[in-house]
Amino acid sequence: MAAVTNPSVAVAAPRVARTTKRPSGPVRWVRERIIPIIGSLVLFYMFLPIFVVILFSFNLPNGRFNYKWVQFSTQAWTNLCAPGGMCEALQLSLLIGVLATLGAVILGTLVAFAIGRHRFRGRSATNLLIFMPMATPEVVMGSSLLTLFVALSFARGLPTILIAHIMFCLSFVVVTVKARIAGLDPRLEQAAMDLYADERTAFWKITFPLVLPGIVGAALLAFSLSFDDFIVTNFNSGSTVTFPMYVWGAAQRGTPPQINVVGSLMFLVSLTIVLVAQVVQRRRAKA
Amino acid sequence: MSGGAVAATAAEQQDIRSPHNDGGATEAKGVGTSKWTPYVLLTPGMLWLAIFFVVPTIVLLATSLYTGSLDTGYSFEFPGNWSTYSAVITYLPQFARSFVFAGLATVFCLALAYPLAYFIAFRSGRWKATLLVLVIAPFFTSFLIRTLAWKTILADDGFVVTVMNTLHITDLMSHMCLGSLCLTESDRVLNTPLAVILGLTYNFLPFMVLPLYASLDRMDPRLVEAAQDLYSSPWTALRKVTWPLSLPGVVAGTLLTFIPAAGDYINAELLGTTKVSMIGNVIQDQFFVVTDYPTASALSFVLMLAILVLVFLYVRRAGTEELV
Repeated sequence: MAAVTNPSVAVAAPRVARTTKRPSGPVRWVRERIIPIIGSLVLFYMFLPIFVVILFSFNLPNGRFNYKWVQFSTQAWTNLCAPGGMCEALQLSLLIGVLATLGAVILGTLVAFAIGRHRFRGRSATNLLIFMPMATPEVVMGSSLLTLFVALSFARGLPTILIAHIMFCLSFVVVTVKARIAGLDPRLEQAAMDLYADERTAFWKITFPLVLPGIVGAALLAFSLSFDDFIVTNFNSGSTVTFPMYVWGAAQRGTPPQINVVGSLMFLVSLTIVLVAQVVQRRRAKA
Repeated sequence: MSGGAVAATAAEQQDIRSPHNDGGATEAKGVGTSKWTPYVLLTPGMLWLAIFFVVPTIVLLATSLYTGSLDTGYSFEFPGNWSTYSAVITYLPQFARSFVFAGLATVFCLALAYPLAYFIAFRSGRWKATLLVLVIAPFFTSFLIRTLAWKTILADDGFVVTVMNTLHITDLMSHMCLGSLCLTESDRVLNTPLAVILGLTYNFLPFMVLPLYASLDRMDPRLVEAAQDLYSSPWTALRKVTWPLSLPGVVAGTLLTFIPAAGDYINAELLGTTKVSMIGNVIQDQFFVVTDYPTASALSFVLMLAILVLVFLYVRRAGTEELV
C-alpha cells in the first residue's frame, strides 16, 4: 500500500534522470512536503476559532462584550446559568433536538427503506422531492414556511419550530440511511431465508441490525442540525427562544463568556462521542 | 451548519456513485412485498415534505402577489402591485453582493479544500479516519459562536490585522474595489466585505472538503503513477489526471458551498455592517422589521429562482447529471 500511495518512490528512477537542476536545502524540503504543509495550515485555519472560543470561556470581560482578552477566570464555568434565560434556551434546544430527531428519523427511515428496497412508479420524483430541501437556501425555506403559517393564522412557537426542524432534517436522514441500505449485501437476507427464517424474522434479525448504524448516524446528524439551526428557526419561532437565537440576541445585547463555555462543551462532548465510536469500531474490526 | 450535515453530504455523494444504488432495490425485498408497501412507507415522510416544503413555496409565491400592509390587510391581486416587483430592482445591489460574496467564498473554499482533501485521501495513511474527524470537529460548536469568534480574531487591534497592516495587505486590498465597495478599509478587516467572505469561507469549508475527499478517495492512485511513468510533471498529472477525475466532487462541493452561502445572512450581520448586507439580511428585515410580507416573499422567491437557474446552468456546463 505504501508504495502505491507514494508515487515518488515508485517513479524515482526516471525522475532523477530528467531533473538535473533540483533545488536543494529548505526549498526542496518544503517542495517535497507542500501538500502536508498546506493541509496542516488549512486545518489550523479551521481550528483557530475553536481555540478562541475555548480561550475566551476563561475570560473575565470588562464590558458587556466578550471579544477582548482581559483576565483569566473560571467564573463562567462555575456560574454557567448566570446569564438570564441562557440555560432555559439551552434546555429548549435540547428538547427540540430530541423531538425533531425522533420525528425525522422515523419518517426518514421509512422513506429510505421504500427507496432502497423497492421499485415503484414515481421513484425519481420522490428522489427529487428529497433533494430539493437540501438545495434550497435556509432563508427561503424559513420564509416560505412563515408565509404558510401566517396565511393559516397558525401561532408561531414550539410546534412550528418542530414542524420546520423535522422538515429540513428529513432529507438528510433519508440520504444517510439510504446510503447504508444501498451498501448492504442482499445475500445476507437471502441466506437467512434459506435457513427458513420468514420474511419478518429475516428483516428484524438480519437487515434491521445491519442498517441500524446508519440510523444512529442519521439521528446524530439530525440532532446536530436541529440543535444548531438559526435561520429557519428565527422565521418560525414567534417569541420562543432557542439557544442559537439566544446567542444571536446576545451578539446585539452583550455576549457573556458562558456562551463560550457552552460552545466549548458542545465541541468537547461531540468530539468525545466521535472518538469513542471510532475506537469501538476499530476494536470490532479487529475482533 | 453543523458538522453532521457535512457527513451526510459525503454519504450522499457516495450513494450517488454507488453501483448498488439501483441494484439493491431489485435484489432484496423486505417485509410484505406487496405492490403497495413502498407507498405505505413513503406516505408519511412525503406528506410532511409536501405540506411543509412544497405548499409553503407556493404560498410564498402567492404572498408575493398580494398588495397591502399588515395594518390595512392584504388582498390578492393578479399580477400583483408593481412596488413588489420594483423591490427586486431596488435590492439588486444586495442580490449582486450575495452572489459575488458566495462565489468568492466558494472559490476560496475550493482552493483551501483541495490540498487538504488530497492530503487526506493520498498521503495520510493510517491517520485517515482521525483526520476526517478533525475536519468535521470544529463544526461541532455552534455556527453562531464560531462566527462570533472571528470577531475576536479579526479585531482592529488584534494580531491578524496588525500583521496585515504592517505588511500593507489591508492597504492593498482596500484598493480592490467593485464599484464603491472595497475588499477592506485601509486599516481594518472587521465590518468589511473581506470579513464576510472569510466568515462564509470558514463556515462552509467542510461542505467542500468532504465531497472532494469522497471523489479523490475513489481514485486509483496508480493512475498518477502511470502519468509520471509517461514523463508527465507532477503539475501536468494533477491537471490532466487527478483534477478531471475529481470533478464530481468539485461540482458537489461547489454547490453545497455556494447555495447556503448565497442565502446566508449570519456572517454579513455579525462580521459586516449594513453597507455589506446580503439579500438574506434584506429578506429577514422585510419580514420582521418592515413587515412588508409581499415584498419579502417576492425577494425570497426570486432568490430561490436565481439559485435554481444558476445551479441548472452550472450543472449542465459541468456535464454531471448524476447529482439529482
